Amino acid sequence: MDVILKDVSKTFVTKTFGAVTAVNNVNLTIKAGECFSFLGPSGCGKTTTLRLIAGFEDLSAGEIWLGEQPFSIKAKNFYLPPEKRGLGMVFQAFAVWPHLNVFENVAFPLRIMKKEKSEIIDRVKAALKHTNLSGLEEKYPSELSGGQQQRIALARAIVTNPRVLLLDEPLSNLDPKLREIMRFEIKDLQRKFNFTIIYVTHDQAEAMALSDRMLVMDMGVIQQIDTPYNMYNNPSNKFVYGFLGLSNFLPVNVDGGKVYPKGANGLDLDCPIPGDFTEKEAILASRPNEIELLAEGGFPARIKNRIFLSDYIEYRVDIGQTEIRIQCCEDQGFAAGDPCGVKFNRLKWYSAKDEISEAEREQRKVI
Amino acid sequence: MRAKVVRPISDLARKDGLKIDTGQILMIISAVILFITVALPMVMIIYNVFFYKGTFDWRLFAEILTHPDNLMAMWNTIKIAFLVTVFGTITGLFFAWLIARSDIPLKGLMKSLFTIPYMFPPFIGAMAWGLLLAPRSGYINKLYMALTGGNQPLFNINSVAGIIFVELCYYFPFVFIQVASALERMDPTLEESARIAGAGQLTVIRKITLPLVVPAIAAGAMLILISTLSHFGVPAILGFSNNIFTLPTKIYELIYKSAGSFEGIRQGASLSILLVLVVVLALALQRRILRAGRYDIIRGKSMRPMLIKLRHFKIPMLLVCLLFIAVIVLLPLVIIFLVGFLKAYGLPLKLEYMTVKNYQHVLFISKMARDAMKNSVVLSISAAIITMFVGTMIAYVIVKINPKGKGILEVLGLLPYSIPGIVLAVGVILTWSGSFKINLYNTFWIILIAYIARYMAFSLKSASASLEQVHNSLEEAARSCGASHFESLLDITLPLIRPGMIAGFFLIFLPAMRELTTSILLYGPFTRTLGVAIYAIKEEGNMVQASALSGIAILIIILGEMALRLVTRERRGK
Repeated sequence: MDVILKDVSKTFVTKTFGAVTAVNNVNLTIKAGECFSFLGPSGCGKTTTLRLIAGFEDLSAGEIWLGEQPFSIKAKNFYLPPEKRGLGMVFQAFAVWPHLNVFENVAFPLRIMKKEKSEIIDRVKAALKHTNLSGLEEKYPSELSGGQQQRIALARAIVTNPRVLLLDEPLSNLDPKLREIMRFEIKDLQRKFNFTIIYVTHDQAEAMALSDRMLVMDMGVIQQIDTPYNMYNNPSNKFVYGFLGLSNFLPVNVDGGKVYPKGANGLDLDCPIPGDFTEKEAILASRPNEIELLAEGGFPARIKNRIFLSDYIEYRVDIGQTEIRIQCCEDQGFAAGDPCGVKFNRLKWYSAKDEISEAEREQRKVI
Repeated sequence: MRAKVVRPISDLARKDGLKIDTGQILMIISAVILFITVALPMVMIIYNVFFYKGTFDWRLFAEILTHPDNLMAMWNTIKIAFLVTVFGTITGLFFAWLIARSDIPLKGLMKSLFTIPYMFPPFIGAMAWGLLLAPRSGYINKLYMALTGGNQPLFNINSVAGIIFVELCYYFPFVFIQVASALERMDPTLEESARIAGAGQLTVIRKITLPLVVPAIAAGAMLILISTLSHFGVPAILGFSNNIFTLPTKIYELIYKSAGSFEGIRQGASLSILLVLVVVLALALQRRILRAGRYDIIRGKSMRPMLIKLRHFKIPMLLVCLLFIAVIVLLPLVIIFLVGFLKAYGLPLKLEYMTVKNYQHVLFISKMARDAMKNSVVLSISAAIITMFVGTMIAYVIVKINPKGKGILEVLGLLPYSIPGIVLAVGVILTWSGSFKINLYNTFWIILIAYIARYMAFSLKSASASLEQVHNSLEEAARSCGASHFESLLDITLPLIRPGMIAGFFLIFLPAMRELTTSILLYGPFTRTLGVAIYAIKEEGNMVQASALSGIAILIIILGEMALRLVTRERRGK
């Protein structure tokens, strides 16, 4: 069953900041069996959206449905309590119960459902096996490592075979190596059981590796919903571009069909202007590996810095007032101070109008 | 507490160039001070009970132990302590949950109101309740009899039930504070994950929340149990007139009745041993319970816990809270101040019978009241200063120098925590009235020594806490810059723990100001303390002046409490 969010908004009233809109008019359909990630910087509203789906927060506007079943409907003031939604959830801080041993932690949802004793034992054993916890049934959480504790939380979330599994930054408390292992384990579990996964993270690599589709959120607003591939290669705005991977942003003036980088003394950049672009100013976005350094031709510049980074060499050059990072796999032998030409192989054009200052961003952030 | 591996600074001390290292000197001084103030009184109690004129004699102890009056007192002590603990725990738990986990309004205000009884001297509270519910003269009982036309009082406060009620009012905050803070710091996702797992609100409370706060409940309950077992003020004020005795009041009565004779003190000492045994049993119980469960329930990012919506119970529950506060805090406070204004006790509480004479009298005329205030202020300040410095020194030895045998220092320093004040007073009398060629009986000094012993544990705890936060490397850095051990102590460590020491000062000054239990056995004709003076004026039957003096004592305590909050707030601000 699909998870459907219609015009969902959530406003918190805080003492220090007044009303803060954490989730702003979100429309979203997550398909059954899909692994869907919410990606964004901290405070962007992704966790709040997840908690709205889980039922821990009431809506300020909109509706949330699981297929035909209403979860939350603001207009009717209807909220299905979290325990009636039939979801599984894993929290960032594990949230395994320290007074119960591994077996009892995982058995808890089944005990609530008043299952037969033998069925509980079978299903808990199976869940523990799938999460590589077999043999630790009698241990208490305090005797286990962080990775094992997170596995308990995972086992507890899947033991009821939920329709939807909600994961709230489940790996961010683990060390990088373990994070990668667990990432694959979660993916394997999904393949095996085919439940819908909604995965909240601020780690783009995690989101890319896991998701069928994902969304990027900023200040409560969905910026883009797409597959990881499209999201990276076709970001719909400058925020999404900057949030995924490395990026250069070059501010330019557009005049008479020519492109002038700001502060470059009237030198123009030889590049085509998209037909639908009519503004006088623009931001040109590029990835460091989409730029070439030429001995002749290209936009004239001088190498500021050359850094050897084993897999590639990174150069820094100034184009007008902007420093540009360039990563080349082959060593062309440029040294600091050498003159060179810069050639952009791929540029994305974004309007310069919807720039948001850092200060403004800080102020609109949700706490 | 987690055991930390701390490299002792004493290695450094040895390279100081001094012949004898500073650490050893401090260790010896600490041990001597603790032995004289804390251990000696206890030794003297045991010695005087079991040895009479140099020969072993256990008959007195057996006699005291089997006397029916004393057994009755022991039974009362246990009964009162047990019931106060049970009801106090339930009360504290209920309100803690309501304030930490429900959407009841005015939380901040209520939280501070609920901690007021914590600083209010219980014996003044007992007096106030006496004014309200004494069988014939209490204002509520009089009102009730006038309304019903009968001569049966509504409730007789001079009873075991009355004592339990008043102690409950002042001891439930132990559980309230412990549980409220545990609930607030608890990771809310522990409960949320149970909701997601399919458990309803009530199941979550039963299966997750309650088991997780059991350690906090147990800690609070044990504090109530131990405090009520050794409590003196309330049963002294409410019990004597009806011949209801507990062990602490019985000890006082035995000594008081014999007019301070050696025989009376020996009897009191025998009973003291009994009381200590009861408390030690309770402490052993506490150890067992606290060891059983200790979880780390604070983890992850702080988030708003999900508050349970009371819906249509919201206003009734708020009213219950406010009414409860009004009854246990406001009512006794108001009656004390009002009666302090009355021309004579028993007059109706009407403006035409009011006067400021009582306050004038205790503030400016009565030499006894003025002496008592002066004594209490001087005693509390000197005890607080001395104990703060000595406690810091001992804590430094234990935490930073970490010598062999520091366990003895720890045990001796924390011992008075579990020794009832009245027992300590008996021990101090036995030690300092000529046994060692020094007779301080009836002087200011004997009270000071008792206060120092009694509050050493407070100072030790707060100083240890702040010292543990000063990393050894800070002092080592000073040493590497050329400072001697003593200089680095003076220039680095002391300034860093100064806020903790100031807070420690108030933690001693405030309870010392309202002290009654120890001083009542130790005061002489010219060394009455505030508590003793109030008690004495009340025993004379002069309720209006006793109330006026109590009102003034409460004002002093409120001022001190405000100063403490100011100090600790500044500290947190940094």
